[in-house]
Amino acid sequence: MRSHYFQNIQDRRQFLQTACGVGTISLAQLLHLDRLTADSGELTNLNPLAPKLPPAPAKARNVIFLFMSGAPSQLDLFDSKPGMKKWDGQNLPPSMTTKDGDFAFIKPTAKVWASPRVFSRHGESGMEFSDYLTHLPSCADDICMVRSMYTEQINHHTGQLKMVTGTPLVGHPSMGSWIMYGLGSESENLPGFVVLNSGSGADAGSALWGSGFLPSSYQGVPFRSEGDAVLHLSNPPGVSNLMQRARLDAVRDLNEMQVSKVGDIEIASRIASYELAFRMQMATPELLDLSAESSKTLEMYGVNDEPTRPFARNCLLARRMVERGVRFVQLIHGTWDDHIDLVKGLQNNCDIIDRPTTALIKDLKQRGLLDDTLVVWGGEFGRTPLAEDRTPGQEGSRGRDHHRQGFTMWMAGGGIKGGQTVGKTDDFGFHAVEDRIHVHDLHATMLHCLGFDHKRLTYRHQGRDFRLTDVAGNVVQKLLI
Amino acid sequence: MILKCNILAKCVGVNSRNWMFLLSWFFFTTNMASAQNQVLPPAVESGVDFARDIAPILQNRCQSCHGPDQQMSGLRLDTREGLLKGGYSGPSVRVGESAASLLIHLVAGRDETRVMPMGGERLTGRQIGLLRTWLDRGARWPERPQDAEEFEELRSPLRKQHWAFTSFQRPAIPLLKDKRWSRNAIDSFVLAKLEQEGMTPSPQADRSSLIRRVSLDLIGLPPTPREIEQFLSDDKTDAYERLVDRLLASEHYGEKWALHWLDQARFGESDGYQADFTRPAAWRWRHWVIDALNGNMPFDQFTIEQIAGDLLPDSTVDQRVATGFHRNTLTNRESGFPLEMDRVEQVFDRINTVGTVWLGLTVGCARCHDHKFDPLTQKEYYELYSFFNTATEVNIVAPLPAEMTPYLEKKQEYDRKWHVLMDDYNVHQLQAEWESKVLPACLHPDDSTIDLQWKVVCEELRFEVDGIHQSRFSGGEEILRIPSLDRPERYSKNLTRYFINYTFGRYIDKKIYEELGWDELKERLKTLEAQYPALSVAQTITDNSDPPDTHILLRGDFRSPGLQVQPNTPSFLPPLANVNEPNRLVFARWLVSKENPLTARVTVNRMWQEFFGNGLVTTSEDFGTRGEKPSHPKLLDWLTTEFIDNGWNVKAMHKLIVTSATYRQGSMVRLKLQSRDPSNRLLARQARLRLSAELVRDAALAASGLLDRRIGGHSIRPVLPGGATDLGFGDFVQWPESTGADKYRRGLYIFRQRTLLYPQLMTFDAPNTLVAHCHRERSTTPLQALTLLNDPVFFEAAQGLASRILNERQGSVADRIDYAFQVSLGRTPRAEEQERMLVYYHEQKRILHDQPEPRTLLIQGNAMSGIDPIEAAVWIGISSVLLNLEEFITRD
Repeated sequence: MRSHYFQNIQDRRQFLQTACGVGTISLAQLLHLDRLTADSGELTNLNPLAPKLPPAPAKARNVIFLFMSGAPSQLDLFDSKPGMKKWDGQNLPPSMTTKDGDFAFIKPTAKVWASPRVFSRHGESGMEFSDYLTHLPSCADDICMVRSMYTEQINHHTGQLKMVTGTPLVGHPSMGSWIMYGLGSESENLPGFVVLNSGSGADAGSALWGSGFLPSSYQGVPFRSEGDAVLHLSNPPGVSNLMQRARLDAVRDLNEMQVSKVGDIEIASRIASYELAFRMQMATPELLDLSAESSKTLEMYGVNDEPTRPFARNCLLARRMVERGVRFVQLIHGTWDDHIDLVKGLQNNCDIIDRPTTALIKDLKQRGLLDDTLVVWGGEFGRTPLAEDRTPGQEGSRGRDHHRQGFTMWMAGGGIKGGQTVGKTDDFGFHAVEDRIHVHDLHATMLHCLGFDHKRLTYRHQGRDFRLTDVAGNVVQKLLI
Repeated sequence: MILKCNILAKCVGVNSRNWMFLLSWFFFTTNMASAQNQVLPPAVESGVDFARDIAPILQNRCQSCHGPDQQMSGLRLDTREGLLKGGYSGPSVRVGESAASLLIHLVAGRDETRVMPMGGERLTGRQIGLLRTWLDRGARWPERPQDAEEFEELRSPLRKQHWAFTSFQRPAIPLLKDKRWSRNAIDSFVLAKLEQEGMTPSPQADRSSLIRRVSLDLIGLPPTPREIEQFLSDDKTDAYERLVDRLLASEHYGEKWALHWLDQARFGESDGYQADFTRPAAWRWRHWVIDALNGNMPFDQFTIEQIAGDLLPDSTVDQRVATGFHRNTLTNRESGFPLEMDRVEQVFDRINTVGTVWLGLTVGCARCHDHKFDPLTQKEYYELYSFFNTATEVNIVAPLPAEMTPYLEKKQEYDRKWHVLMDDYNVHQLQAEWESKVLPACLHPDDSTIDLQWKVVCEELRFEVDGIHQSRFSGGEEILRIPSLDRPERYSKNLTRYFINYTFGRYIDKKIYEELGWDELKERLKTLEAQYPALSVAQTITDNSDPPDTHILLRGDFRSPGLQVQPNTPSFLPPLANVNEPNRLVFARWLVSKENPLTARVTVNRMWQEFFGNGLVTTSEDFGTRGEKPSHPKLLDWLTTEFIDNGWNVKAMHKLIVTSATYRQGSMVRLKLQSRDPSNRLLARQARLRLSAELVRDAALAASGLLDRRIGGHSIRPVLPGGATDLGFGDFVQWPESTGADKYRRGLYIFRQRTLLYPQLMTFDAPNTLVAHCHRERSTTPLQALTLLNDPVFFEAAQGLASRILNERQGSVADRIDYAFQVSLGRTPRAEEQERMLVYYHEQKRILHDQPEPRTLLIQGNAMSGIDPIEAAVWIGISSVLLNLEEFITRD
């Protein structure tokens, strides 16, 4: 089943042979060197992105991470707390205020705000969704909803770093980079880790797809919505594809002559990188061209409608990328940071994401891709059950503050057991109380789905073996099939 | 819990005002008020036997972290003394009162965020009950012999015997069998080792490679064809040495070596968090670095001025500018982020950076707790931390020499125009009204009748407008508190600028805003300021007049101060010279004292790395116990003593290295050596190294003739198609492209926007500017290919190179191909290369001839008028091929 991995290594050997065929001495040298490095277990030095087998059988091969930057309110979307109604507008009961809490703006004396939304049950398990979401509930049987997430961070930048890199500290690799490091790329002509952005982006910026202390080959490639999707993908003005190919051929031939002169294997990987660049130039327009998609598909995602258009396009691209072997697609949408006028803010964001997200899951499923694609949806933390009211009395003033002790995320596909709600928060959605799942646990579980023991996927940096899960994290068995 | 609050009050606040601030609306935590009444598992009724019931719990669940090998949080649970004494949080138990014992609270999980043991299953209720009963009944611990020095003995190999912590002596230069190859002492050490292994060094590189190599290494620019010709025709025996001297004296030397220093200093020009505000004055420190390197400032002085230039007696402006090193920390201005937490993070960053850069040690690991394999204890970490805990930030006026006279000449005129402008728009009155709203919010942050929005403005002022004394906690608020007529002029103007440009418009009705003509005012102010440039400002640090005490922060959390500590250096390194008043300056001098075994070693090793691709110690950032051992320990120590004996003379060391035979070897891969020494640690050849990101750009611009060679000054923003769209957060990050000659300045000057590093730099492995980087990676990726092929900057370089070839060399196509190779690669083409280029030449002609697309696009904006567009386009193609060759971006 996984033989294509070995196939690829074979291909690469063949490539080296062809690439160096012109040189007279180099071929033997290179093969010799290749064997050497292979023997010393450093084969990947040549191509750090060569696909690798995970150490254990994996359910998931790809990840689509729908990162909702700014932190959506779990209390108004997923975590129904009908009991809060009677406390609405009052202080939290004393039993709650003694709990550990930490807010960015409000004080613990802020008033309880019961969600004004109506919740209903869906799917076989009776999974709860609020009426903000009208499409997603139809995926209830595929979704595993986790209501008991928690983190330590209550500020966006550090919270996002924690969620995506496993630490609030800067300079660490993003999840996608770790996975590229562990698994390499299966795509012959697209980057293995792609980032798609919509809305106002994310506070932590490029750190969310940076490779930190890992080699930069593992960093994510942001696809842009303006100009070239990948920076400098187009030929310079006036240069046709024919000219570009002639240019590349000349570069390749001259580089090959250099290989035979100096015998540096690095030149061979430089040659290979130009070939991949050219293939990227050829393949990306095809990837981005949605004209081959049926009108039914475009309609399902909402690609041609407002306000879904940008996000829908990204969702559809995510599916197309997964189909083409892109390992990790990180889709960022923001901001969900509703300190003010949460009712309107959530409505706007749900209008944008609900339909495309649902379409993505259904589409992956109908194409048989959901089984080995792990879909994860969520923000960096949650929001308070207490209202934040900056200009009391003014319409739309009410929002919710940052909250770290209990929030909701959901997952689907890739080895995750759908149709279940895991974890519970207390009566106010304040603290996760049952099956508490820390960000590290989420990461450990994701890596498990991809065939890794999170404790063993390490990288030596400054004298220490680092990992995505720092020194913590447990695989959450309940989430798994 | 109340106790903890008191400790916090005593320890965390920088001064009373800041402490008030911490308690304000802005930062509040109920962390300290966790569940009082949560029920603890009951004590067991039965009898408890230490050996049977207690020792197994302590041994199996506690002692791996709190035992003889390591004492996390300073706690040791393998002796009764240790148990009673407790750790950084204070006593761990109260004998007779288990319910009030910290240890019991922790194992019972009273605070969910802090449960012991840290890994694995929690203790069962019965186990906790046993511990309780045992404590309640006197915590009897049968005597057994304990070696008090046991721990120290275990750790001492780490601390005392590790090679890098031992002092160095000047080793004797080895005697060689064959003395002909060796040119200086370096070669003797290298060859001795090769001889031992039965290997021979490579022959010297050919002279055209040599001049390209040494030029790229010393000044970061390839030699011009003229320079090459001069060198090749110079047949005096010291031709190479004179070449080296010329390069060392070049002002581009400072630029090249600044790059390496900027990496280590995590130099960036924005805050690095969220909105990633820019730091328009950051370049001033970079300018200082270039100057210092060009002036060959001795490395000890270079160190002292950057660590503590402000504390030097009668410190000069330049010496204070040097402390800008520490202003390269990130700043988190996210609303709601506790100021004190950000300050503490900055102190961590400062000491971590100093640890990496000067000591080659990853000290930051000890921030949270002790580690078994880390020689540095948590306590020692905070002792180091305290040297920097007393520093505060201040921006000073730091004009460059050429700025002062024109400024003074025009000042009166500028002031007059400023006042006219202010009067025209009634700014004073409007500002006074605005201040009357903001000031109360600053003075009474807890007053709930004041709208939150004014408190937010007050917070912004602290961050975004310079204060006189410190910028972090008071900043512009300090200015606001001074009656307007008494405000020092510079600060008063800054506040007004801020009022006009950023804040006023947000809090008034749009209609009124338009009626007041505020946009026009902003525009006029901008024009005025552009006409009369202000004096340059520098970001510096200085000592806080009211310095905070330093405490160990438990688990590295600023909310959990533990034991108080005094500034000191780690016990495994030599002691401080002045123990009476240990401050930053004393620390700086300690770093470069002759006794310090690390600084000089670390520094010469990084020099070596820049000339050979790897250091003698390959982990150039880590000289600790987990780092690699040196390949040539004696050579390293010899270089170290040489450096110190030379008076820390950097250029002399560079000269010594580049004039060695070791450096001058060819870089051809030798198959036999490759199998014996694949990573070339024995140095039987030179390394082939891909150029750093900035140098790739510089080389292309130099070959094209477009390079603007002005040294120092402000940063630039090269063309970025599509701008910053999609890459930054919201609209915060802007990328106004530079124009004119600025476009063609060296890569060193590219604006380092932290959350949006200029893509070409990122693609070619420039470090992320967030933490110290001592060693650049050299990756090979398709994005690099796309950049060199298609990035407008590189395509423009190809156009420039084509124009040079066509204008500077008349003759046959083959002649011009020759010249193109010389300009770009510094050598003439080999026959097969010449032949292949000719094939490409004709192939392109054919394609262009048939191509319907307008060929003029290719040569747009280029000085190739009068040349047949097809011919011009063909040469642009050839130039681009050359700029894309592996050889072009490689130092041979």
